[in-house]
Amino acid sequence: MPLTLHEIKEILNAKVLHGHNMLNEKIYSACGSDLMSDVLAFVKEQTLLLTGLTNHHVIRTAELLDVSAIVFVRGKHPAGDIVDMAKEHSIVLMSTSDTLFTACGKLYKAGLSGG
Amino acid sequence: MNPEGSKSFDNKTDTAGKDVLVRHVYSIEAENFSSAGEVSRRTKNLLKQLGVDGELVRKAAIACYEAEMNLVIHSWGGRLIFQVTPDKIQIITEDTGPGIPNIELAMKEGYSTASEQAREMGFGAGMGLPNIKRCASYINIQSKVGQGTTLEITFQI
Repeated sequence: MPLTLHEIKEILNAKVLHGHNMLNEKIYSACGSDLMSDVLAFVKEQTLLLTGLTNHHVIRTAELLDVSAIVFVRGKHPAGDIVDMAKEHSIVLMSTSDTLFTACGKLYKAGLSGG
Repeated sequence: MNPEGSKSFDNKTDTAGKDVLVRHVYSIEAENFSSAGEVSRRTKNLLKQLGVDGELVRKAAIACYEAEMNLVIHSWGGRLIFQVTPDKIQIITEDTGPGIPNIELAMKEGYSTASEQAREMGFGAGMGLPNIKRCASYINIQSKVGQGTTLEITFQI
């Protein structure tokens, strides 16, 4: 079942770092990983990426795969230049204090699939 | 990452004698993690501009990114050639470097010799070459230990 980014924000009690005006977009699947090669192997379109990594390769990977949004877990915030990169490519960024496991669990329970 | 030939060439032919519609050659610097991925971004945008099917663009972008990262992580430097003919897209990397002693082993998911720095970036999971193979129509690897590796990735259009 797809969820909007707004619903995802509410479920994860997340802070939106970029993309307040894009929260109506629907997300059809999600992927939780800190291994970008795993993300490159499995991710589909209109997907949400949940990760604990905050370097620019996360944005680059998301951009190459047309990932719509990224949720940084464990309260992590990327640096300003990383946020700027996401802005350039219209990728929504959020941060939640949940761990990767908990954040994925909440979204799965809400009906989002692994794709 | 400087494009050495960032323009389209007309009237060129590849080894099979097909017309080359686009050919770009980029040099890739070893261990330059900050610019790594830039060539793949350009390649993806070019394919989109050429009107290539979305799923094929994704597959080519993934393979290109993995191949580019392989040069950054493992080689001593090299170049990436992006070439389009009417019936195929090719991404070719040529590097000088340690080479791959056991290609069969390198093709296995989970096998990696990547540095700690690469792993911190989210790479080095031993998925690079398997990912490339999965995306491509076919690949060809030639490697000499202590000299370097050539990887040809082909996508039939």
